[in-house]
Formats: sequence, structure tokens, C-alpha cells
Amino acid sequence: MSVEEQRTIRCLVAKVGLDGHDRGAHVITRAFRDAGFEVIYSGLHRSPEEIVQAAVQEDVNVLGISILSGAHDTLVPQIVEGLREYGAFEDTLLIVGGIIPDEDEERLKGKGVDEVFGPGASMGEMVEYVREHAPER
Amino acid sequence: MNPEELVEGVLAGEHRALARAITVIENRADGYRELVSALHTHAGEADVIGVTGSPGAGKSTLVDKLAATYRERGLTVGVIAIDPSSPYSGGAVLGDRIRMGSNIGDMEVFFRSMSARGSLGGLSAATSDAVTALDAFGKDKVIIETVGAGQNEIDIVRTADSVAVLVPPGSGDDVQMLKAGILEIADLFVVNKADLDGADRTVQELRELVQYQQGGVPSDVGHHSATAETVKGLGSSDGDEAETDGWTSPIVETVANRGEGVEDVLAAVADHRTHLQESGEGDEQTRTRYAEEIRTLLREDLNDLLAAEVDRRGGLDSYVERVVAGETDPYSVADELLTPIADCIEGTDRGDAARREQGPTAED
Repeated sequence: MSVEEQRTIRCLVAKVGLDGHDRGAHVITRAFRDAGFEVIYSGLHRSPEEIVQAAVQEDVNVLGISILSGAHDTLVPQIVEGLREYGAFEDTLLIVGGIIPDEDEERLKGKGVDEVFGPGASMGEMVEYVREHAPER
Repeated sequence: MNPEELVEGVLAGEHRALARAITVIENRADGYRELVSALHTHAGEADVIGVTGSPGAGKSTLVDKLAATYRERGLTVGVIAIDPSSPYSGGAVLGDRIRMGSNIGDMEVFFRSMSARGSLGGLSAATSDAVTALDAFGKDKVIIETVGAGQNEIDIVRTADSVAVLVPPGSGDDVQMLKAGILEIADLFVVNKADLDGADRTVQELRELVQYQQGGVPSDVGHHSATAETVKGLGSSDGDEAETDGWTSPIVETVANRGEGVEDVLAAVADHRTHLQESGEGDEQTRTRYAEEIRTLLREDLNDLLAAEVDRRGGLDSYVERVVAGETDPYSVADELLTPIADCIEGTDRGDAARREQGPTAED
């Protein structure tokens, strides 16, 4: 049975902080679903702790954080820290989407983010990236 | 993490290990059998509650409030929420978590979303195994939440000790829908969104259905205020209602998003639990469940064996081609493939026919 069954990729699409713009997160959620992923959407205005709780309990391969508020420098490291606490950082692919200035992108990657997707990123590109990099379960 | 480490982690109360154990169970990944076997001996303590109902009935919201209320009482809670998956892409959006607003940041509520993954029958097995994991982890209460449509879902909630069926107020059509199988599995009914128009009527219709189901004629067809009576009647079974198996499914009204009636639901669940224990029905239920589990496993394993055998013989396609070409038919193919297995069973068991009769042959 396990042989013919395809690997299922589980994703958490998360909105953190005071940022009410979730159109992007919705679009990504649908694109991931159509790509055959199982997607858990966090809902709006979540705290970093909530995101960590959800990522740990749901045992997702991929955590996608959508931030358009500019607070990524504060919120993302808190999430990374939380994941580490539960031993969930190492085998979770962490991607960030939204409005992230170039110089911040490098800093986020230095802090544990695997990839950053800006406004120009295509769905196909993201799905492909996730398929290639999602850690095994 | 290998199965032994996972078991150790789960028993030691590590959230990460529990989460990974459920993943292994869900994926039917290597070692899941050893995992579930090992966890099984540590399970059996938790009360399992199934919550089902049509989409939009308010299941997730109610589950959230139930979990929060249990937490107030100092109990720990595990939740498994199952959402359908797309039959086309296999993907799914698991949205029940959004409603879990009352348990933010509380790791003592372990919430896990599961996709139906389009599997036939396998889902209920995976669900009950996941319940075993939560149980072994030490959760006092485990809640299974699923959309109540179709055999799959009904199989899932049947793994619960007590099943609550949510009915939103509205047209009588909702209640009609319940007749198709869901009515029978309900240990209690919850009329959620009871502040909406039509709630009284829905309660009334449910009362009639419950009474009909028990072989009685509704004693109170017609107009009366259902509200006061249903809540009052919660404490134990209503004296005026026909009882066949000693349990009359109570009807509880709630407004889940405001938390109203949640205590009543828990009281009804507790009553049902007492009933299960006192009547011995609980033991019966457990036996039926284990029998069902064993049957399911046998079916799955046998299927796998058969699939492997078919592959060895050149795959199913070659048989299909022969049927298309008119050389044979599906029944003959099935016979041909099964004959060696049937021979094998009859060969080894010939001297012990009595045992074979009792034994769990895969009759279905």
C-alpha cells in the first residue's frame, strides 16, 4: 500500500500579527490545494505562539508565513524560536511571502527562513520549490 | 524518529512525538503497525466523543467551546478534525483550525486536522489509530469532528463512545437528511444556532423522529414549547418517552459561538457515559469496535497481498485487456486469482474445520 501512495505534503499557511490582508494567503492556499497538498490555513491575526502550536501539532512539512505589514523582522524570528523549542525547526521548510525588502530578505534567511517569495513570484514556481524542498516525513 | 523513539516520546508527553506519530499513522508509513501496537497497551482511558453534522452546522465552533470547557475543569483534550479532500488533486484545505479561538496557545489542547485522502475505509482505521495515540499520550477527552455525509464519516464517528449530531435550525429538509443513517448513530442531538428562527420547530421535529425510531408514537405531536422541556429533560431519560434500549437521545439547544448550552452538551455526554457503564453497553461497544478493527485490518492486508499477487502476474491491465478482447470476464478473472488462496486456506485448515468456522475469514 505504501508503495503506490504518493507522499502527502502538509502545509500551514499562516497570517501573523496585525495584518488584515489575506488575499495572497487565500490564493496560495488554493494553489497548494490544487497541487495536491494538504493545506491548513491559520486565519487572520495570529500570534507567533499560535503559529508554532499549529505547526507542531499538525506536523507540517512546510510553514508559509504571509506578512504584508512590515513586521517580519520581529515576528518571524519569534516563530523560528518557538519551532526550535519544540524541536520542529530542523525538518520544517520555512517560507515567507509578502512585501519583504531585499536587505531584509537576506537577514531573514540568515535567521532560518529557507526562501522568500515577493509579489512577482508565480504559483508554479512556489509549488515547484515546495515539492523539491519539503522535508521527508 | 523510529517507532520505539516515537512511542517513548508519546508516553513521555512530547508534543512533537505525538504529532509525528499521528503523521506516521496517517501515512500508513513504515513501522506504523509496531507503533500502534505499542501504543495500544497504554490506551483505553480517554473518553471519545464524536461530533458530526452538515457543513455549516457549527461543529468546529462547538468543538472549540467543548474543549475550552473541559480545560476549565482541568482536563486535557485531543481533537481530530477531518475535512474532505479533492478527488481530483488529492489536495485539501483543512479549515477547522480557524475556529479554535478559545484554546489559543494552550498546548494541552492537541488539535490535529486530517484529510479524508479519498481512501475507502482506511480513514476510519487511521482515525481510530490516531485516537489511540492521543489516548496513550494521556488526553482525558478526545473529540472527533467530521462532516456527516456518507458512509466513511459514519464509520469514523462510530469509533467514538458518544456521538453528538449537530442540526442547524431551518427547513425540515435538514431533519429529513438525518434519516439516512445519521439518526441511528446519534447518542445526542445538538440544535445549534438555537437563537435563529425555526430552532423550536427543528427541536420538535427531532423529538418526533427520536420517538418514531424507538417504535413509539409521538405523544406530543402538535404545538408546544419544546425549549423548556428539552433542557429540563436532560438530566436523565424522559419518563414519557418510549425506551427500547434504555437510552433516549436527548436534544440539546446551543448557541455555540456564544458558549450557550455547552455545559448542557457536556452533561448529556456524561449521562450517556454513565448509561454506557451501567447498562454494560459500553463493554459491548468496545467489543464491536475491536471486531470491526480486526476486520478492517484483515481486509486491508488481504487486499495488499492480492495486489502484490496481481502484480506478480503481470498487473491488472493484462487481465483487463483480456476481458476487453472478450477472452474472459471479470468473474472468471477474480476466480482465477483467488483459487490459489482459497486452496491454501482449505489445505491448511482441513484438519481443523471447527476453528475455521469461528475464525475471521474475510467474508466481506
